[in-house]
Amino acid sequence: MRIAFTAKGTGWDSPMDPRFGRTAFFLVYDEEKDELIHSDNSAIEGAAHGAGPVAAQKLFELKATVLITGNGPGGNAASILEKTGIKTFVGAGEMNVKQAYEAYKNNELSEFK
Amino acid sequence: MKISIASGKGGTGKTTLSTNLSAYLTEKSTVVLADLDVEEPNSGLFIQGKLVNTEDKYKMIPEWKEEACTLCGLCQEVCNFNAVIRLGTQIMVFPQLCHSCYACSELCQSSSLPMISQKIGQISHYKRGKLDFVESRLDVGEEQAVPLISQTIKYIDQHFSQTRFKIFDAPPGTSCPVIEATKDSDFIILVTEPTPFGLHDLKLAVETMRSLNKAFAVVINRYGIGNDEVLEYCQNEKKRLLAKIPNSRRIAELYSRGELVFNQIPEMAQALKDIEDYLLKLSAKVLS
Amino acid sequence: MKEIVVISGKGGTGKTSITAAFAVLAGSDIVLADCDVDAADMHLLMKPDFAQKETFYSGETARIIQNNCTSCGKCLEVCRFNAISIIHDQYIVNPLSCEGCGYCARVCPTETIVNEIPKIGEWYISKTRTQGTMVHAKLNIGADNSGKLVAKVKNEARQITENLGKEIILIDGSPGIGCPVVSSLSGASFVVLVTEPTVSGLHDLIRVCQLIKNFNLPAGCMINKSDINPQKSKEIMAFLNENNIPLITELPYNEQFSAAMTMGKTIVEIEDKQLSELIAKAWNTITNKYV
Repeated sequence: MRIAFTAKGTGWDSPMDPRFGRTAFFLVYDEEKDELIHSDNSAIEGAAHGAGPVAAQKLFELKATVLITGNGPGGNAASILEKTGIKTFVGAGEMNVKQAYEAYKNNELSEFK
Repeated sequence: MKISIASGKGGTGKTTLSTNLSAYLTEKSTVVLADLDVEEPNSGLFIQGKLVNTEDKYKMIPEWKEEACTLCGLCQEVCNFNAVIRLGTQIMVFPQLCHSCYACSELCQSSSLPMISQKIGQISHYKRGKLDFVESRLDVGEEQAVPLISQTIKYIDQHFSQTRFKIFDAPPGTSCPVIEATKDSDFIILVTEPTPFGLHDLKLAVETMRSLNKAFAVVINRYGIGNDEVLEYCQNEKKRLLAKIPNSRRIAELYSRGELVFNQIPEMAQALKDIEDYLLKLSAKVLS
Repeated sequence: MKEIVVISGKGGTGKTSITAAFAVLAGSDIVLADCDVDAADMHLLMKPDFAQKETFYSGETARIIQNNCTSCGKCLEVCRFNAISIIHDQYIVNPLSCEGCGYCARVCPTETIVNEIPKIGEWYISKTRTQGTMVHAKLNIGADNSGKLVAKVKNEARQITENLGKEIILIDGSPGIGCPVVSSLSGASFVVLVTEPTVSGLHDLIRVCQLIKNFNLPAGCMINKSDINPQKSKEIMAFLNENNIPLITELPYNEQFSAAMTMGKTIVEIEDKQLSELIAKAWNTITNKYV
């Protein structure tokens, strides 16, 4: 599984960013390789329109299979995530990345549909 | 003659004035009222008439045809609104983000993005006594008010060319929707309250109308509360003050129930008469 | 960090007056953000000092560089927004009509059309008259209120809240149901809905609640001028009940609202204690029970 997080920083102890399209960073954790990579989202964050769909497109390119975030994506982004089969879990906006991952593993986050 | 009723901010009495003035004017003139506050159309709550016509309104958006598409990605590159996105081997279109500029469609080498129509809202035409009322309502989830506003004005132009007064209840604010609603009006009535918020909003509205080079005058609603700053501003800046609608709890109560007030509140009728006198003179001038 | 967002759907319900009163009660415990950027007016009550000012650019507007223009007419042909006109034999872009799609620049054979990022407003970081920190903005006339300036104000407010080690951001949200209000709500911990018992108040409350539901946000409601139409107030409460939205408080119709505003004060700073006690109680309920 490749698990993506919306985060304000680039490490496990970074706080989560509750926003999806205008998040500061995307972090992707590859469970098989045990590797955490990050992708700067500032170019998208500055878009006047359609930050959501472009961010969702980026997640697709990052080959994420699961997304963990705070509030959940808007309608446009949600339709891309659905099409690309990326499962989305919300409610992790107040945690740091590590806590969010653990909460996901313990089935404590609700799935966004 | 087209008259827009506008304000810098919502909640100043724009809808109260639009609905009451329109109903009042029908005694002497032919009148159509159009609610152009398409995000939150409220005039219809006060004017319940008989439905004569409804029309769905559309905007044009591209639709992806897979067959000839080479997935070159030019469509995504030319879209300034992120409304067209290439996702692996497919192209996705996001109707709500699309501004109908046609760039992706017409620049596509393989003609894979023909434009089709997409519903964005509805126009409903009602008749209440002698008053024609046209309500325009944006579908929830649709973000762009401007195309629907311009189509509503077109509907008015087509159906009411002989009508003396075309009253537009404009959307609030100073951004794109209000510009679209007022840009081809002959005259603007700015509604405000005699409070610091009211004065501030009035100044913004005046600035907006100046940028459009529009003739306008001011109506003070809830006169009696607050202070004299709005009055002084109008005097110092030589802005015509058309009427003062007094502050009254009774008006607020009637409004809360969705009732018209002019036939129950004499001061309101007087204010409307002052406005009518001015508009009749003005329209005689415009028509001659 | 918690974000309390106050919204109302319809204008004129007292949203800004109530938010400013909360801000006075909370003083320097919170950071205040005015996200109602189109005709913003909270600064009239909070008297911020505009200490730090930044220009804000967004979107695109086309401009034709006259020297290189061959008057081929291609731009006029492709523009769907009637933004290009011929004035004294010159092709001119009307910036108020231009949507910034960039199509004209793409088809111009002499590359004489440039897309410029226009200045759409300004944003500020201020100290208010009650020594709180306030982030606010001013959108230019005719600018596209896409929600981006709203997002900017919120981001700055978050940064400052973190730097100052504060717990709460209080946000005066945008009206309507479009992009700016969606931007105001993103990241909210709790939403305060301000409404009034009128046909339009209820109508707009229902529309805005659809939005809250879509975002799955916890919310509570305040009914202002509740005694002006007790029947409508009951309808609002029934609606709230059905949707599991708690009623925070009801405020009576009281002309002290505008009297206070006229003095440049909030309703918790005047002699009349009826409103100020209710507002103080509401703020306690919000901060202690819901956030």
